[in-house]
Amino acid sequence: MRAIAIIGGSLAGTRAAQELRAQGYDGSLIVVGEEHHPPYDRPPLSKGFLAGSAQRHDLDLLDASEDAELDVHYRIGVRAEHLDPAGRRIRLSDGGELVADGVVIATGGRARALPGTADVRGVHVLRTLDDALALRDELHSGAARVVIVGAGFIGAEVASTCRGLGLDVTVLESLDTPLASALGAELGGACARLHADHGTGLRCGTTVEGLSTSRDGAAGPRVTGVRVAGGEWLPADIVVVGIGMTPETDWLTGSGLALDRGVLTDSGLVTDIPNVVAIGDVARYTSAETGARVRHEHWTNAADQAGVAVTNLLAGETVRHYVPSGYIWSDQYSSTIQLAGHPRPTDEVRIVDGTPEERRFVATYHRDGTTVGVFAMNNAKLFNRLRRQALRRASAVT
Amino acid sequence: MIAVCRADELPVGESIRFTADAPIAVFNADGDFYAVDDTCTHQDASLSDGFLEGCFVECPLHAALFDLRTGKPSCLPARKPVRTHPVFVEDGTIYVRVAAEATAEREFAVPQENTA
Repeated sequence: MRAIAIIGGSLAGTRAAQELRAQGYDGSLIVVGEEHHPPYDRPPLSKGFLAGSAQRHDLDLLDASEDAELDVHYRIGVRAEHLDPAGRRIRLSDGGELVADGVVIATGGRARALPGTADVRGVHVLRTLDDALALRDELHSGAARVVIVGAGFIGAEVASTCRGLGLDVTVLESLDTPLASALGAELGGACARLHADHGTGLRCGTTVEGLSTSRDGAAGPRVTGVRVAGGEWLPADIVVVGIGMTPETDWLTGSGLALDRGVLTDSGLVTDIPNVVAIGDVARYTSAETGARVRHEHWTNAADQAGVAVTNLLAGETVRHYVPSGYIWSDQYSSTIQLAGHPRPTDEVRIVDGTPEERRFVATYHRDGTTVGVFAMNNAKLFNRLRRQALRRASAVT
Repeated sequence: MIAVCRADELPVGESIRFTADAPIAVFNADGDFYAVDDTCTHQDASLSDGFLEGCFVECPLHAALFDLRTGKPSCLPARKPVRTHPVFVEDGTIYVRVAAEATAEREFAVPQENTA
């Protein structure tokens, strides 16, 4: 293989470039990234970067010497618009075309927005650096009241950051318990109590009916509040929408790739087209263990998949299966939350150290006599011990 | 020099943290003591909460591995080294000489004098 194109310049794409070089690939390497930024790390966007304590350079995924070592040709600010499987030709938004021996698809996804709010000022999503810059500007410009739609990890972290900035924050969640699908009701509830601890209003079982807006001249509508089901109206200077993401697969329509809520791959992240692999938030792979199709939207997954996909790309066939660690973390208020494994809401939860009341505890998830997950709030040390001891055996059966 | 604790109070695989100009973690890696800055250079995490494997400590949040002898990260996501600090054991007490500034970029051996 003499020319490999990586489509997507975020964590998964960058790790793919690093893995290619680490695994001995010395051919040409092109990274196509739609965003007008060199590769950066997203987790701080909802935390330190939004708060103003982390700067742009703190987000860099590569420093200058690493960048030079990788010997990557970047096409920044350019979109891939079409993949022609015959010869793996990729059409670019600037009119150019790439022809590659191998392709790594790492296009991630787009943040879901509330319908009809695209041109309303004061309404934000948070996925990209540009999203974070726009939101940060407004949060630091004297706004007082923030309404956050969605109490998932992004919503909770933004709420935490906004409270840290002294803003009045209300979080709206359609589920009865935030994070219940990821953590189960008991531990989702334990996380939700952090909001009350820090003066954030949390309303569960609440759906948004629409936004109220004002018009001031040519600038267009600006949000003034949120109407929720039942008729109540909540005033808001800023609305942040954290209701998930959609995998970025539109550009692959007509490519012949199997697309279904992501790019479908085998257990080694290899697609139906020879020498094309998919990784990160966009990849929906077949689990080698369960046969189910799975897609993850987490940092660790994007980083870990790159190595497996690159091995298989260079081998020309699937020689390694991807086995996810299921590791995620979230910093909310002064608490660190960690989860490993693949728990389901129906699993039995056992608190094995501390108590939720003291906001420092460790819990394990159990199913059919096996430990299938470890959760910790503010106890990284015990979390990592249990993650290794209890989960190592379990990872083979989840 | 800062007296940290008695050597027999820090069993193999354990760590202790104290604050000098910055938080510093002291580890007992299979009988050898090492001191490094406690805060991971990747993102805010306490290395003294990390898992010890030989003379490497794993960041408890994102699994970056740091070599306790040099302070250098051996894998992503961390890239910058943590400072290392010389450790001495005298009369059963662990002492740390806090390095003046960012010394981890320099090559120097961490003294290993485990007389405990």
